[in-house]
Amino acid sequence: MSWMNVATIYAKELKDTLRDRRAVLSMIIIPTFIMPALIFGLGRIGAKVTNKAYEEVPAVMIIDGQDSPSVTDAIKTYKRVRVVPTTDDWRDKISDKKIRAAVSVPRGFEAALQNETASCINIYTYRGEMKSSIAADELDRFFRDLREKTVAARLTQRSLPATLLKPFDIKRENVAAPEKVGGNLVGGFLPYLVIILSLTGAMYPAMDLTAGEKERGTMEMLLCTPASRTEIVIGKFLMVLTGSVSAIVLSLVSMGTSFMLVGGSFGGAISGGSQNLKGLLPTLDLLGIGGMMLMILPVAVSFSAIVFTISLFAKSYKEAQTYVTPLIFAVIMPAAIGMMPGIELDARMALAPILGLSLVCKEMLSGVWHWQFIGLVFASYCVYAAIALVLAVRMFKREDVIFRT
Amino acid sequence: MIEAFGLTKVFKDKKRGEIKAVDNVSFACRPGQIYGLLGANGAGKTTTLRLLATLLKPTSGNAVVGGFDITREPERVRRSVGFLAASTALYGRLTARETVGYFGRLNGLDHGQIKQRLQALADVLEMHEFLDQRCDKLSTGMKQKVSIARTLIHDPAIIIFDEPTIGLDVIAARALLAFIRECKKQGRTIIYSTHVMSEVEKLCDVVGIVHSGKLLAEGTVSELCSKFGETNIEEVFVKVVGGSR
Repeated sequence: MSWMNVATIYAKELKDTLRDRRAVLSMIIIPTFIMPALIFGLGRIGAKVTNKAYEEVPAVMIIDGQDSPSVTDAIKTYKRVRVVPTTDDWRDKISDKKIRAAVSVPRGFEAALQNETASCINIYTYRGEMKSSIAADELDRFFRDLREKTVAARLTQRSLPATLLKPFDIKRENVAAPEKVGGNLVGGFLPYLVIILSLTGAMYPAMDLTAGEKERGTMEMLLCTPASRTEIVIGKFLMVLTGSVSAIVLSLVSMGTSFMLVGGSFGGAISGGSQNLKGLLPTLDLLGIGGMMLMILPVAVSFSAIVFTISLFAKSYKEAQTYVTPLIFAVIMPAAIGMMPGIELDARMALAPILGLSLVCKEMLSGVWHWQFIGLVFASYCVYAAIALVLAVRMFKREDVIFRT
Repeated sequence: MIEAFGLTKVFKDKKRGEIKAVDNVSFACRPGQIYGLLGANGAGKTTTLRLLATLLKPTSGNAVVGGFDITREPERVRRSVGFLAASTALYGRLTARETVGYFGRLNGLDHGQIKQRLQALADVLEMHEFLDQRCDKLSTGMKQKVSIARTLIHDPAIIIFDEPTIGLDVIAARALLAFIRECKKQGRTIIYSTHVMSEVEKLCDVVGIVHSGKLLAEGTVSELCSKFGETNIEEVFVKVVGGSR
């Protein structure tokens, strides 16, 4: 095999691809600018929406409670809710988002407090609606506070210590290293992004260099040259791999830069607006990022070879798109599962396509190195990559595929 | 020199079963000769040429092209052959110079050789003014010149033309035919496939009439006319092909 021919074909494909606006868009512009802009834009919008919802004083109604004026008056003066006059259609108003929640103060509530008999407060909400949930939380907080004050008064009245009903406090403290916290929070997302990019980065060049070239009628003249089919496949395949790897690297570099510049909005978004995680990326395990890149290499090779082989079978660019697009869904699903909290890595998970890789990368980003799983996933993807590459070469040697019109 | 011995190519089709695109075709073409393959669309001309250029492997039979066996030494065959087909296109995003240079490198030429050959071809084909323009910006005639330069950059002893005048206007087609005659004068072995009778009469030293993958008749234009008792090649063609139906 002549590596000179491989280099010649690769150099030509690179030059040709870099002059193609569509390729530049999919390989450079989207991973460098659009993806981070989309993610950070969504993060910023999410954070803004959440903050706005928290800033808004929710409108609530008090149902009944006429015989408990001090409680209802206290709610009315509670600054974190806005009590509006009660109407009979309060249920519809919650559903129509005209008010956010309603609280039912049962008949004889204050008397029950004084008589020390049990009673129940009902809070009515629109489940799944954020502003309604915020309003309910505020009402809940008000009544918890009232309950605590009532208990404290009763204990004082009986000359009993406050510790009688609260014998101990519970506190939570993080002992995980910052990079582990960062890895756990962002570690699920980054492998997902990288896996998707490694596929999408390979897609355009793969389709253009195979089906596109067949469609344009340039493949035949390339086959007429002394370059062997294997040399042509490897030269073209390296270009597809370049597309895949460049999409990953550009995206990571761009996102890293964006994190350092505007990390707060993203951190705010993923933590529900309650915590600012500015500077999160630098606390990720850099070794983990390196490990993830190493793990992703055989995956990029596999994806590149797979999309190359599938595209090669197509007669036209459009047909190739039809074949290749479903691959995105096949990859997104397991990659997204890996992003979910609570999914833990074990031997069974490690062997699951895409999901195993996603989980291993997530752990590496948290600084956890399960070498047996890393080895298993890496080796399996090296095997997949080799098989996919051999398939691509075989496919290219098939006359019925190359001259399929 | 090209010598084909019983070349046969069978394609398998799920719906139509086995299709014999080329059926036991034998012929020879000497250096300095233009051999015309004359046939209707679907006669098997392109498949025959693709077999000679080693783009396809024969199901049976063989051919020796430029002294190399097409089944055992395909890369050497391709190194000695220039293949130009109307169906082939150029890389639109590369310039004419880059396109020709690319094929020069793939044919084993170094930078100096490419520069020298390109200069010579650009002189002959009058390509200098558009050498550095992208191919997708060129006119059909200019593209044809780039295709010729791409085909000849490695100075092949054998040139295969597969219906090269399709889509060309009269002027461009005449210029191409003149160029092919020039190649003949240089002693190259030329195979020329077409379904245009007038081109065969003007250009070819020997004509092979192909139909349904078979070589039905072969000879010079005058030999064929006298053999079939006709005055021109079109009538001969109709008689030969009609007789086979």
